[in-house]
Parts: sequence; C-alpha cells; structure tokens
Amino acid sequence: MRNRLTPYLFVSPAMLLLITFGIFPILVAAVISTTNMNISAFADWNNVEFIGIDNYTKLFADPDFWQAIGNTGLFAVFGVPAIVILSLGVALLLNHSQSRFFRSLRAFYFIPAITAIVAISLVWGYLYNTQFGLLNYLFSLVGVPQVQWLSDPILAKFSVALVAVWRGTGLNIIIFLAALQGVPKEYLEAASLDGAGEWKKTFSIVIPLMRFAIFFVSVTTTIAWLQFFDEPFVLTDGGPLGATTSASIFLYKEGFRLNQFGYASAGSIVLFAIIAVITLIQLRVRRADDDY
Amino acid sequence: MTTDRTHAKRRRALTVTIGIALGIGALITAFPFLWMLTTAFKPQRESVTFPPTILPQAPTLEWFQMLFTELDFGRYLVNTILVVLIGFIGLMFMAMAGYAFAKFDFRGRKWMFFLVLATMMIPIQVTMIPTYLILNGMKLTNTLLGIALPTLVSGFAIFLFRQFMTTIPTEMLEAARLDGAGEFRTFWQIVLPMSKPILAVQIVLTFISGWNSFLWPLIIASDQKLYTLSVGLALLNQQLAVNPSLQMAAASVMVIPILIVFIVFQRYVIQGFALSGLK
Repeated sequence: MRNRLTPYLFVSPAMLLLITFGIFPILVAAVISTTNMNISAFADWNNVEFIGIDNYTKLFADPDFWQAIGNTGLFAVFGVPAIVILSLGVALLLNHSQSRFFRSLRAFYFIPAITAIVAISLVWGYLYNTQFGLLNYLFSLVGVPQVQWLSDPILAKFSVALVAVWRGTGLNIIIFLAALQGVPKEYLEAASLDGAGEWKKTFSIVIPLMRFAIFFVSVTTTIAWLQFFDEPFVLTDGGPLGATTSASIFLYKEGFRLNQFGYASAGSIVLFAIIAVITLIQLRVRRADDDY
Repeated sequence: MTTDRTHAKRRRALTVTIGIALGIGALITAFPFLWMLTTAFKPQRESVTFPPTILPQAPTLEWFQMLFTELDFGRYLVNTILVVLIGFIGLMFMAMAGYAFAKFDFRGRKWMFFLVLATMMIPIQVTMIPTYLILNGMKLTNTLLGIALPTLVSGFAIFLFRQFMTTIPTEMLEAARLDGAGEFRTFWQIVLPMSKPILAVQIVLTFISGWNSFLWPLIIASDQKLYTLSVGLALLNQQLAVNPSLQMAAASVMVIPILIVFIVFQRYVIQGFALSGLK
C-alpha cells in the first residue's frame, strides 16, 4: 500500500502548483472574459454579470487594441529575422576558432541574456536620454542634431526593439553554438579537400545542417516577441501615443491599471489564440519541410 | 608547398580579422554595463553633463549609501533573497516530480506528464489576470509567497529532471530499498546526489530567474514593504528621472550579483541555456 502511494506523494506538490497556476487560470480567463468583472467584484461578487461575447465585440472595435496588435506584429516581423540572423552570424564567427581568446569572448555576448531586464532598460534609458545621453553625444560629434530616441513615435519603436535584440541574441547564440557542435567534422574536411572555401562550406554544409536549430530559435523568438513586455514597460510605458504599446502592455494596462478584468481576459484569450495559431503554422511549415 | 603556405597565411589573416570583429562586438555588447558601473560612482552633476565623462572625475559612494539608508533597498534586497529561497523549495518539488515521472509506474502518469508539457506552451500574459484573481481569492496578494507561487514550478524544469533521472540505474534504488531505506531517504541520499549535474544547472537558473523576476512582484506587491529589487528599481525610473547616478547605482546592485554568479557558475548557466534548445 505504501508503495502505491509513493509516486503520488512525490508528484503532487508540483502537480498541484502546476494545475493551480498553469492550467486552471486558462479556464478562469475564459469564464471571466464573458463577464463584466472589474474591481467592484472584490466588494461584492453580485456586481459580476454574464455579458456573453460583448467583451470580444468591444475588443475588436477598440482602436487601442488594434494598435497594440499592429505594434506587436511589427516587432515580430522585424525583430525575429534581426535576432535570428544576428545570433546565427555571431555563433558562426565564434565557432571559427576554438582558441582561448574566442572562447572567452563568448561570455560577453551571453551577459545581457541573464541580467535583469529592468536594470538593463534603465541603463538604456540613460544612454537614450535626449539631453545628456551618450548616444546623442556620439551623434553630435558627427554633426547629427538631437535625436528623440524615445519620444518620437516611429523612432521609439526602433529604440525599444533594439534593446530587446541586444538582450535576445545571447541565449540564441548559446543554442546555435550547441548545435554547431553537432556538425560532423568529416563533412567539412571532405569539402575542404574538394577545394570549398569557408564561405561555401558555411552556406552549403553548416547552415543546412543547422536547419532544426534555426527553426527552433525562430519559433521561440516569435513567441518571445508576441509576449514583448518588459523593455517598453520600463523605457516608454507604451508611449508616446501608444507607439510602443505591445499586446502584453495593453493587457497589463486594461487589467491592472483600469481593473477591467473581464475585458483584459478577453484580450488575453485572443492573444493566446494568435500565439497558438502562429506556432501551429510554423510547425506545419516545418513538417512540410521534413517531408521534402 | 607555396600554395599551402599562402593558404595557411590567408586562414590566419581571416581568423585575426574575425577575432577583431568579435572583440569589437563584445565590447559594444558589454558597454552598457560598463557605462552603468562608471556612472554609479559619478556625482549627480557629472552624470548629466554634456559632453559626458568616461570615468568618474570625482568618484563617490554616496548613491550606494543613499539606496540603503534613505531609500529602502536593504528591505528590497532581503525580499528578493526570500523570493529566491522560496524558489528553491519549488525546485525541490520539481525534482521530486521528475523522479516520480522517471522511476515510477502509476495510474495517471501519462496525462499528468501531458499536462506538464502543455503548461510549457502557455504564455504568462494569458494567465496573468486569472492568477492574480486566484491569489486574491487565496488571500495571498501582497505576500512574498504570492509573489513566488505563480512561477514556483515550471513544466520545462520537471521535464529536464525527468529526462536526467531516467538514466539513474533502477538497481541502485532497489538496493537501497532492500537495505530498508524509506522512499524519501532513497530520494534524498541516492537520487539527488546522482542528479548533481542537472541539479546544479537548475539551481543556478532558479537563482537567476528568481532574482530577476519582475512581472509578478509588480502585480502582487502593492505594499512598498514587499517590493523586490526589480520593482524598486522600476519605481526609481518614474520618481527620479533627473538623477542617473542613483539609477545606475541601483541597477548595479541588481546586476553585479548576477554577474558574479555567472562568472563563477558559467558552465552551468551555459549548459542550462543550451538545454533549453531541446525544448
């Protein structure tokens, strides 16, 4: 009898937490999204009414929601290739030599990935500062007048995304370097004997062999951009005029600043659906690629 | 012969060029941290001058003192450490679950493991509001436990523990049981010591993510007394936009311990990240 119960004793604390904070919330979100729940519910639960799909119709008519979705789309469209290409490029270069110098350089590229985004964003906010920021000083040396890094609606998008790119490459460089270990040396040696140069070897052998890693990094990077939150939250709080409001920032503001729990839950369900669909499409494309 | 030599020469030149390019890239990548550190020691006047000074002309420790005396960063630091420690309890739970999935055959194992994998795909933004409401229902908002609970266990870590622990020979566990060791003793004295490599990776990653966590402390802690370093830091951004030196000192307090952990445990950090590529 004791033996029968043992695995359940081992598994239950983690499973309870996982169900309470991983699975159950989705059901709660789905239910709340059909109500008008807001802060008044804490005073009296009778204030919560079932309103069907009203939140969803309101959401799809909300220009702020569309702006947030549009921004998120833009971030993903430019950010994913930027991070994938940059980290793949750096990983290939780092892998060029196994000397001590090259190996010690790796650490520098990893550091942004493990440091607190809040701290990092503050530092970048200082670099971006219009009056006394270092970037504007460097630009002024070559005669460029004051740049409004974070207060120009178009430039702010770029500035906020740049911080995320800077931070996002480290992790992916590690994944690519690990994948590069798996490229068989014999292939490269054989190609060298056939007279293939570095360039040719990289593009005809190494990159095709790393297809899976590239695919994996593309999927996780896409999801990360769809959940983009911390950098714009600290640097611009979603401004100016909502130019850097990502879907997550929109949800946070509706949920925790305006306390529109029902409305924000509807938004989060929509975001969840978008992420799920995009992931499925990517997996499909990948499978088609495998068949071929 | 000569073609071989020119070939080797060209390869050497290429390596040097790449080395220089990567060196410059590394400096650019690390530069914001350098800038943070030097600014933290500058008097306020110096941090807002134009043109900026590279190194502090009159280095000062006043901002670090201010953080821990006038501001409440000492308390934030304690809270952050407590959140990290609670995270280690979660780590134990995950190791236990991984062990059960790896070494026991029990009813419900399949669907439970499916749930573990499924939670890996659910973004935090979806669970943010309901989790807040659930914690509120449990009267855990505005507590340190509430801050730590939502991220206490992760499906991915359980998955990694399970993968590693399946490689532990079952005979060793049987031998311990024959010697009369209880199940928890077997786990504690045999399974955990044998899982050291994965445990080390997970301990370091748990420390980093607990230390850096931002969203949950931000949502759950409405009382200043419960702020973690990250929330205190974000607040500094809104309050004192005119004093970069103070901000950079606060950012340094958050970043330096992580840098130290990284330098000491670099191998584990990198292994952990490389493993996430298996996901």
